[in-house]
Amino acid sequence: MIGLASRIALKHLLARRRQSLVSLSGIVLGVAFFLAVSSLMQGSENDFIRRLVDNSPHITIEDEFRNPRMQPVEQLYPLGAIEIRRVKPLTETRGIRGYPQILEGLRTLPALRASPVLAGQALVSFAGKDIAVSLNGMIPAEVNDVSTIQNYMIAGSVDALTVNPDGIILGDALARKLSLALGENVTVTAPTGEVHTFKILGLFHTGRADYDNTQTFADLKRVQALLKRLNRANTIIMKLDDPQRAHAVADEVENRYGYKSVSWQEANEDLMSTLTTRNIIMYTVVSAVLVVAAFGIYNVISTVVLEKQRDIAILKSMGFRARDIRRIFLVQGVLLGLAGSALGLPLGAALMLSLMQIRLKFPGSSDPVPLPIDWNWPQFAIAAAFAMGAALCAGLLPARKAASVQPVDILRGAQ
Amino acid sequence: MTETVIATEKLTRRLTGEVTVTLVEDATLAVHEGEFVAITGASGSGKSSLLYLLGLLDRPTSGQMWLRGDETSNLDEAALAGLRLTEVGFVFQFHFLLPEFSALENVMLPMQRRDRLPQPEIAVRAAELLDSLGLAGETNKLPRQLSGGQSQRVAIARALANDPLLILADEPTGNLDTLASANVQRILMDLARDYGRAVVVVTHDRDFAKAADRVIVMSDGRIRDA
Repeated sequence: MIGLASRIALKHLLARRRQSLVSLSGIVLGVAFFLAVSSLMQGSENDFIRRLVDNSPHITIEDEFRNPRMQPVEQLYPLGAIEIRRVKPLTETRGIRGYPQILEGLRTLPALRASPVLAGQALVSFAGKDIAVSLNGMIPAEVNDVSTIQNYMIAGSVDALTVNPDGIILGDALARKLSLALGENVTVTAPTGEVHTFKILGLFHTGRADYDNTQTFADLKRVQALLKRLNRANTIIMKLDDPQRAHAVADEVENRYGYKSVSWQEANEDLMSTLTTRNIIMYTVVSAVLVVAAFGIYNVISTVVLEKQRDIAILKSMGFRARDIRRIFLVQGVLLGLAGSALGLPLGAALMLSLMQIRLKFPGSSDPVPLPIDWNWPQFAIAAAFAMGAALCAGLLPARKAASVQPVDILRGAQ
Repeated sequence: MTETVIATEKLTRRLTGEVTVTLVEDATLAVHEGEFVAITGASGSGKSSLLYLLGLLDRPTSGQMWLRGDETSNLDEAALAGLRLTEVGFVFQFHFLLPEFSALENVMLPMQRRDRLPQPEIAVRAAELLDSLGLAGETNKLPRQLSGGQSQRVAIARALANDPLLILADEPTGNLDTLASANVQRILMDLARDYGRAVVVVTHDRDFAKAADRVIVMSDGRIRDA
């Protein structure tokens, strides 16, 4: 019956060539526009997430606990009605206790690289200027395993810290502000009052002004000494081979060691939810184009139903059931949706190629870059599915109307 | 003894609304295999309404009807459509061919809907039917390319496609010239006499009615004379 319904549907559409072509072109443009916009939005989202994932740790273990630690008596009687008063927290040097042991344990996990960091505030002084910075003490040999800062070096290198532990790496914006250059010495003062002179061994430029102005990197041992927090690290940063596992691994690490472990997804929850909102807005807007196109299909099929009342009555008198009639007009929607997708997807791909030729210079980026376009098949599938859905919905109402035609009413009127 | 193809008992059809209109009232009749029955009467006497009831296109308000001995009053729409497909063939005053389909394709439609024969056999049978009605050279023509008489013969071929036992014709010659009218009349009578089909024809044509085995005269929705 599908074959017969398709033949009748096709004949109906071909009999109204001009109207069918107009409604078809609506779907074709809708699909093409939908595909181009959604692939651009998805491409920019992928690009954004890739930068986010590449440039920040996948998991960060912090020197704090998500929930206050339980008192021993609470651990002993977890179901007891216990009231503890005047608890005074133990005063101790902040940081992750036993971080070398935690690191050893972490390194037994597969496809994971971890390194400790001691981060603190400091003042960089030169030529009478003092600028507050964030001083990150790291193990130089491990920096490249857990950070992409090496990719942004414009002078010197991170490896130089291995040779000269009294070196420091600064952002180029900070160096410019202090009129500093590679190889010059700079004084760093910790909140403890300790002062140390570092030699500038590298300059980086990430394009993010805040980062380039405030972040500095030095050898972990020197920073521990400067901040008077010997053998302490307040952060362990990790990179995974598969960044999408970060959430699950962070949970496992937190359960194992107790310290708050934050995945990149959790750290950027607000941004991710913004992306979701953006996607909803984008799909709503581009779907509206297809909805408008669907009205074109509705118009064609409704007109065919009105014009073909007598034919519907004849088909019913021949023994066609209501559902056979409904199918004929639904197939018309499907045919228009299929043809619209078949022509709209290549047109959309051409639009995507055109968009790729456009190069824009984004704020913070030094070179013009092409618009990021997602060429993966789901974009094509989503566009085709939306078109088919819209076409089917557009055919549904006229098809129901056609199925409800009472042949006797029509035949009486035709006499 | 010839089998009764269709029988009715006190068949009534009323249209309810602000004013109730009775289309057919207490129609009791039986039509047998090989019988050619003409229904006549003035315009608005209920001839076509009775035909639509006999052809299962309309449902009676009351009364009973049997098609080949099976009661049809309680059947659902799909079952009625199935009976129309296999047991009933309609011919209307205006040929009512589907305009986008050729003569051959119009005849093939009921067989394709029935889906009992493979496509090539359906095409062969449709061509044979058209050939038997003198339309061998017109198979690929569209309805608009056929004359009124040719179109009506295509409509008869379409009604015969699934080999139904009951042929119902509503003013089949009402729109034809004398020659074409005589031709269609002969075909319908042959269907009853030579092929054993029960043929019921609604007609205003007295000569056509006179040639029938039986004439049913209707007036105000009632059968006055049978």
